[in-house]
Order: sequence, then structure tokens, then C-alpha cells
Amino acid sequence: MDAIVLQILNGLDKGGAYALIALGLTLTFGTLGVVNFAHGALFMLGAFCAVSFNKLISLEQVILDATQKTAWGTALEVRTPYVEVWLGDVGTALLNYSVPLSILFTIPVMLIFGVIMERGLIKHFYNRPHADQILVTFGLAIVLQEIIKHYFGANPIPQVAPDIVAGSANIGLWIGLGDSVVYPWWRLVYFAFSAIVIFGVFAFLQFTTFGMVVRAGMRDREMVSLLGINIERRFTIIFGLAAIVAGMAGAMYTPILPPDYHMGMDFLVLSFVVVVVGGMGSLGGAVAAGFLLGVLQSFASMNEIKSIIPGIDQIIIYLVAVVILLTLPRGLMGRKGVMED
Amino acid sequence: MFGTSSRADWLLLIAFSAFVLAAPVILKPFGAAYPDLLQKFAIYGIFAIGFNILFGLTGYLSFGHAAFLGVGSYASVWMFKLFTMNVIPAVLFSIVIAGLFALMIGFVSLRRSGIYFSILTLAFAQMSYNLAYSVLTPITNGETGLQVRQLVPADRAADYVFVLRDEDLRWVDQALGVVEEGIPITNLFGMKMSGYPGFYFCAVLLIICFFIAMRISRSNFGMVLKAIKSNQNRLSYTGVNTRPYLLTAFVISGMYAGLAGALLAVTDPLAGAERMQWTASGEVVLMTILGGAGTLLGPVLGAGIIKYFENIFSSINDTVLENVFSFLPTTLQDMSVAVTGMFVGEGWHLTLGLMFMIIVIFLPGGLMQGLTHLLGSFKRKFSNTAASTDSPG
Repeated sequence: MDAIVLQILNGLDKGGAYALIALGLTLTFGTLGVVNFAHGALFMLGAFCAVSFNKLISLEQVILDATQKTAWGTALEVRTPYVEVWLGDVGTALLNYSVPLSILFTIPVMLIFGVIMERGLIKHFYNRPHADQILVTFGLAIVLQEIIKHYFGANPIPQVAPDIVAGSANIGLWIGLGDSVVYPWWRLVYFAFSAIVIFGVFAFLQFTTFGMVVRAGMRDREMVSLLGINIERRFTIIFGLAAIVAGMAGAMYTPILPPDYHMGMDFLVLSFVVVVVGGMGSLGGAVAAGFLLGVLQSFASMNEIKSIIPGIDQIIIYLVAVVILLTLPRGLMGRKGVMED
Repeated sequence: MFGTSSRADWLLLIAFSAFVLAAPVILKPFGAAYPDLLQKFAIYGIFAIGFNILFGLTGYLSFGHAAFLGVGSYASVWMFKLFTMNVIPAVLFSIVIAGLFALMIGFVSLRRSGIYFSILTLAFAQMSYNLAYSVLTPITNGETGLQVRQLVPADRAADYVFVLRDEDLRWVDQALGVVEEGIPITNLFGMKMSGYPGFYFCAVLLIICFFIAMRISRSNFGMVLKAIKSNQNRLSYTGVNTRPYLLTAFVISGMYAGLAGALLAVTDPLAGAERMQWTASGEVVLMTILGGAGTLLGPVLGAGIIKYFENIFSSINDTVLENVFSFLPTTLQDMSVAVTGMFVGEGWHLTLGLMFMIIVIFLPGGLMQGLTHLLGSFKRKFSNTAASTDSPG
């Protein structure tokens, strides 16, 4: 029982990341009808927003202190980050909370990037075949990841979660399962965060006029345009929103997985599988499939399961995708007529 | 199955063969005339031609073709390890194995079309890749990669049946009493398959592959494939069951990939799982698109261009750049080196990505389409002037 709960928990944070990326992908399919292979790169960009934010606020002031000597007899270099010099304890706290705070930096960056990408590139591919869309966004993904590699190097750059959530939560005790069920706080935070973002996006689409128009546009774009609504502009904003969601997912994921330039590609392949399993064009399906596959993956990496079917942890997601696609042609909750040409 | 080829096709084939066979001379001015690179041109040309039979003719975008390449490589290296360093059995065995593999994957994947098909092939390729790294290590030798080793002494051969060790069996070679010195080199009945002989072996196979692809494209079978691309529904309504045609195309194209994988192993007897990664699948898609999907020459052209630029660009380093820009003032020189340095050497993939985007944005039909347009406009211009001079009012 303990082991099962633990595996479910383990799957939740990864599932959260899958769900957030898949949500953005589905929004893009549903609204613009574009297959965006660069979406994983947006996730990676978000992660590197967190990295650059951290670099930015930890810029250091270097003072040569003549009173103290190093072992070599030269003046000791005292390095203090500027934020600490200027803000004192608040600055220290800022540094400590750099990952969650980087979201504030990520959102505008990703919004601007998303809008530029949509207006500059994706717009011209609305009426092109899906193969062309896949290819041009694939090219863009390569370009983005190579630029990141050029500036940040090929090695993963670890980020730390705030001290307050550094340890592990003894979840077992809360729900009466004994203290073997422990779970890192940050992953719990990540799960909560992804849940909030997902609910936020759904609420936005469900309860605002803007969201209503967008949903109507997803159903029948032509009709909405005929009603005199500039649906294209709204779709651009939705693309920006998808970019923001992917970016935030990436930024918050940095303490769990040190970001490197190809993390986007790794997640992209999986997220596409998630989207397809969930059903093309279904937001609920994308989220459900994200969590489902995350949890399944963590179950498959249990030693007990691996000893029965060796290697299952490596292929479980793809295997599930194959089975679902062959038995349920539209995935778990796919709508009729989406991407079936 | 094969229709008759027109005279233009024969001319094309002859011109193509002449170009390929004379490549060491023709490509000399471009600095590409050394065997390793020429072999790569031919091998990836075969890979791209095969991919084009599926993607170019039927429009089914497979994102997992590298899996067949990888399987072909492994199959060949195992033939080298177990039986003989002669390349013929290895090549044949690889084609058969890759074909069977493609039959299995195609049978399942072709139940869906469009992006679902792409995802299914991607899923299978990723599964093969992941398994090759983990559970299948006894067959694939994991991250180290499968290599050809020295011959095991005859007295200890009995302990070794089908097990991955530091020494190889090569039963046939042993039975024939072939003497090996050091790490063995692949051969074709005694002719060593490295350097130019290796290239010519690949080149001859490339020409044969090109010929087969041409005949397929001109045959009734090819017509059905093209019909699938233009409108599969209508074809189904007229009572044609498209699945067997698609599956045949998929298997043929898988066999091409297997052959390419085998040739990679022939020219360098080493097989690693990274050949099966999905970026490798993306590369062959790029080659085909760049040259022009659905055209005969396009894929070979695309493969050649990409492998050429990969070779040229990734070999340029900062020192070379500094020499190139040495005529500029120091600050400008540093800036130019910094900017261009992003695109060469390690950053060659950036150039690749940009090239990819530019081609898809501006030239969706690939280079061949561009050439055809160019030739067409020349012709039109020429015939216009001819017409205006011929007809006096």
C-alpha cells in the first residue's frame, strides 16, 4: 500500500509537467489548427528564464578587502550579490526564492515570445499541410535549442528550491500510512502549482467572455468570424497563453530536473504522445492523459514490476500510446473531426 | 508491376550513374572528394530515397525511420561477428531483418493516418531506442555500441556460442581458414571495403536503389501510392484497399533504411543506438524535404547537401574564422568571429535548423521544385522571345 501511494505521488509531478505542456499543445491545435513541434522548446525556454533570472539577481559585487588575506597573501575578494548589498535581508530572501519568483519574469518573456512567434511564423502556416507545420516548428525547435546551448553551454544547470521547501514531506503520517511515505516538498509544490494553472486555464476559458469566444472559435472558426469577431487576434493571445503555460511549467520544473538545452525535445516527444492519448483537441483529455501517463511511468519504474517485465519503464508510455491509438482511434476523449484528414 | 520507362528516364539514370561513379572527380573542387564523406553521401542517399518512397509518394510522414537504420546496422555487425567479414551476407541479412521489422511496425502503425501515424512510428522508434540502451544490451552492447572484435582462437571457440564477448567467432571465416591481423576489416571476396572500394560498393548500390525507386515511381504500384497521397478517401470509394499498398511501400522503405544501416556498418563496423534516436529520423525527413519530396533526384540531393554542410561547417573552428576575418580591425574581427562562430563547429545544428525553416517557408517543394521553376521560367522566356521573333505581328 505504501509503495503504491508513493508511486502515485512520484508520478504526479512528472504528470503535472506533461499535463501542462500537453494543455498548451492542445490549445494550439484546437484554436490555430497548428501542430507545434516547438512547444517543447518553449518549455525549455521557460526553464532557462528561471536560470537567467537567477543569474541576473545573483550578480555579485566584488570588493577587495585589504584587511583580510587569502592563503596566497593577496587581498581577499569579498563577493556579495548586489541585491543583498542594496536590500539586505530582503535581498537574501529574493535569492532564496529565485525559482518561484522567476515566474514573474517568465510570464512577460514567454508572452512576448509567443506572440512574436505566432505573428511572425505560425500565422503563415495556417493553411499549409500539417507536415509543413511539423517541419517548420521542428526547425524552430532546433534553432532555439542551439541558441540556448550556445549561451548556456551543454551541461545541465541545477537550480535550488527555496529553503522552506527543501526537505521532504512526511505524507505517510498525514494519511496514516506510517513514515515510509516521504515526498520532497518541492514536488508537492509543483503538483499544486500545475493543478492551479490547469484550473486557471479552464476557468479562463469557461467563465470569461474571451474564453467563450475562443471556445466558439474552436468549434467553428468561420461562423465566429462571420459574426464580426476578430477571432485571429484572440487566437494569437491564446498562443501566447500556451507559451506562458509551457514556460511556467519549465521554470518551476528546474529544481526537479536541472535544465539543459535538449530537455524540451525530450519532453516534447512525450507530450505529443500525451496529447494523442488524451485525444486531439480535448483539453480535459490532455490533462487526464498527462497525469495518467506520469503515474503509469512511475509505476513501471518500480523494481517489482521491472523484475517481471524487464525494460518496461523505458517503453511504458509509448506502449500505452500504441494500445490506446489502436483501440480508441480518437484517444481517451478526442472530439470527432479533429486532425483526421 | 514495373511499367515501361520512357527514354527520359533512361537518360536520367545514365546521367545519375555517371555522376555518382565520377563523384570523386566531380566533387574534388568542393573539397568533398575523400572516401569517408563520399560513402556518407551514398549511404544517406539510399536512406533518403527509401524514405521518399513512403513519404514522397504516399504522404505518410514517418518519424521513426531511423529505427530501421539502426536495426540494419546491428544485423550487419552480428553477421560480421558470427559468420564472415564478407559484406554480401551482412547486407542481405540486414535488408531482410529491417524488412521484417518494418512489416511488424507498419502493420500496426498503418491502421492510422495523418499525425497519428507519425506519432505511432515515433513511439515505436523511441521504444526500440530505449530498449537498445537498456534491456537489449546483450544484443546491442548498450552505450558502448556493438563492435567487431578479434577472432577467438579455435580451441576456445566452443565456449562462445552467440554470446557478446571481447572476441568474435566468424565461423565461416574460420572454416575457410582466413588469416586476420589485428581488428578485421570488412571485405567483398577479399577486396577491403574501406576507402574508395567501399565508396564504389555503396555507389553501385545507390544506383541500383535509384533505379528501383524510379521503376516503382513509374509503375502502376507507384501510381496507386501517388493516388493515396492526393486523395485516399476517393481511392477507397472506388474499391481499392489501400492498406496492402501502403504496407508494401512501408516495408520497401524500411528495407532501404536497413540497407543504409548495413552500409554504415560495412564502412565502419560499429553500431550504436544513437542511430535510432528520433533526431536521426528527423534528419532523413529533412534531407527528403530539402531536396524535394516526391521527386526522384531530390532526396539524394538533399542527403548530399546536408552531409556536405555538416562536414564542412562542423570542421570550422574559431582559429579558421579568425584567419578568414583577419583583414578586419580587431574589434570587428572579434565580433564577426563571435557571430559566425555560432553557426559553425559545435553550432552547426543551428545552421541546419535555420536551413530547415527557410526551405519549408520559402520552398516547400524543396530544391528540386526550385530548380524546376527556374528551368521553367528560363524555358518560357526563351520560347517567348523565340515566338516574338518568329511571328512578325
